[in-house]
Amino acid sequence: MLNIKDLHVQLEEEDKQILKGVDLTVEAGKVHAIMGPNGSGKSTLSYVLSGRDGYEVTSGQATLDGEDLLEMEPEERAAAGLFLAFQYPVEIPGVGNMTFLRTAVNAQRKARGEDEMSAADFLKVIRERAKALKIDADMLKRPVNVGFSGGEKKRNEILQMAMLEPKMCILDETDSGLDVDAMKLVAQGVNALRNEGRGFLVITHYQRLLDHIKPDVVHIMADGKIVKTGGPELALEVENNGYADILAEVA
Amino acid sequence: MAEPAPKSNPTEDRLDTLAMPQNGWADATRKAALARLREMGLPGRRDEYWKFTRPDSLVQSTAPVAALFHNEEGPLFGDLDRLKIVFVDGVFDADQSDDLTLSGVRIDRLAESADIHWASDLYGALEGNGHYVPRPLAALNTAYATDGVLIHVTDRAEKPINFIYLHENETSDAILHHVIKLDPGAEVTLLETGPAAARFNKVMEVDVADGATFHHVRAQGRDHERRAATHIFTRLGAESVFKSFTLTVNGRLTRNECVIDITGDDAVAHVAGACVGDGDFHHDDTVFVTHDALRCESRQVFKKVLRNGAVGVFQGKILVKEGAQKTDGYQISQSLLLDDDSQFLAKPELEIYADDVACSHGSTSGAIDEDALFYLRSRGVPAEIATDLLTLAFLAEAVEEIEDEVLRDALVERLQGWLERHRG
Repeated sequence: MLNIKDLHVQLEEEDKQILKGVDLTVEAGKVHAIMGPNGSGKSTLSYVLSGRDGYEVTSGQATLDGEDLLEMEPEERAAAGLFLAFQYPVEIPGVGNMTFLRTAVNAQRKARGEDEMSAADFLKVIRERAKALKIDADMLKRPVNVGFSGGEKKRNEILQMAMLEPKMCILDETDSGLDVDAMKLVAQGVNALRNEGRGFLVITHYQRLLDHIKPDVVHIMADGKIVKTGGPELALEVENNGYADILAEVA
Repeated sequence: MAEPAPKSNPTEDRLDTLAMPQNGWADATRKAALARLREMGLPGRRDEYWKFTRPDSLVQSTAPVAALFHNEEGPLFGDLDRLKIVFVDGVFDADQSDDLTLSGVRIDRLAESADIHWASDLYGALEGNGHYVPRPLAALNTAYATDGVLIHVTDRAEKPINFIYLHENETSDAILHHVIKLDPGAEVTLLETGPAAARFNKVMEVDVADGATFHHVRAQGRDHERRAATHIFTRLGAESVFKSFTLTVNGRLTRNECVIDITGDDAVAHVAGACVGDGDFHHDDTVFVTHDALRCESRQVFKKVLRNGAVGVFQGKILVKEGAQKTDGYQISQSLLLDDDSQFLAKPELEIYADDVACSHGSTSGAIDEDALFYLRSRGVPAEIATDLLTLAFLAEAVEEIEDEVLRDALVERLQGWLERHRG
């Protein structure tokens, strides 16, 4: 599904290499986790895949079901099935949450040559999916993320994911800023979306999110590369011993 | 030695092209206005009050040509039950207008009023009092206005009144003057739509008596080359409400002045505007609010979207006179600059002589929020639609000043249409 080969990325503004040859394949139906110390390039990877400005790919490639992601505009990547749950969801005053979501859903449908969703159908579906995430009518009406608590913002990310039904979901530190209950709710939301056709890439610092979203594969990223890949036990090893041992081992 | 040629005087040059209408009851007022105008002189480039807006094309003897502009849009507020009063290039058009009768309202035409008239002590009065700062184009208007309507609202008007200003002649130079008098407790909604003329000078005097309510929604026309200088002068009695909103799309030059005198306690005055300009567009909002009563509230909310070298100007003043305690004054002017060529010039002013007041003002210029744009795009919203959404969101605070949802939605639809036509 998601194929990343020897991806090298530097900042556009300064001559600083962030990703130094990332190789990663996420298969449909699987959950991959990326862990790693601060500054290892995890968030950069998520931004580069989703098409944020400010990064320059110097070599390598990234494809989704064979389509070259790096050649596409951010909205084309979204329509192709890529979704990034932001570490810091953006507040957009003046744009209603519901308007935003309906615009997004229908823009993606249009881009894929599908019929737009009627207002009535949309309302029915969003109410049902919002309820599962304990998002009330008021949160749907309010401007996107404005005045939302940290937990509400993350649940709103998951609601967007549920509405957009992407093929490949990247979760960038979705657990940051969440208390235990909020994390459980978010994890339930994610787990409800797991199916055979959908891949997940979960970026996190901590093992605790992975207690709730059980990964199939765990990667350790350091200094712009995947340095070690293993099963769920690798996350436990990090939790118990930190990164130092692993990094020393691969150095 | 030959005598030097007499120096040309722009004010007299302009006056030479005009003929003062004769209609009895207003003659003395017109002459007084002419005297005021001669004293002030028409605005020139060096006038402080015209520092950000060049008055030349508003002052010169003949109106610059303004091509007519057509698009597919139907008439604004077309589905709304309203009393239509139509002017074509500044001339009242009886055929296209409705019968000028409306329950709760008396309507007369300035050009046709009888010799002794109820408006005789109002016409030119608020304008005449509104010169804390010289407003010579308004005095010129009072002296030379050829048409306009006089509206006396005695009760709740049965439905909104809509002035429709059609522009059909590329060189039309229109001067209209309206007077609106609201009796105590009366209420009316006035709509103004259309580009009006190649060059349009309009004055509207609104006297709002105690407990009366005046709602005003204006959509200034979409002709790219038209020019306009408009003035609203209003006086507010106790517990009265004045709410005015202006949407401006296109227009080479627009100067909208709004002069509000709050003379009665517990009155409310809101004036707001949204404008969108692309290219050769200059839009100036100049507002002067005077608080001279207790516990009154005033709000000024102006938002401008500018691109391709468009220019926005805001000059807004709140004057709180001695003794006008518990005044609540608010003023915000903001621009969204869609490129580096566009500019916004703002001069907010507060002048306060009372010690127990809350007044605040702010002014900002900014670009589209790149983080918000990326966020929307990452959800599949194409860049141009995302930009439109963020632009409308920027304008929302001003547009939401319109209380009536139907009117508001109609204007938002116009804005959306404009944004769609001006993408890329």
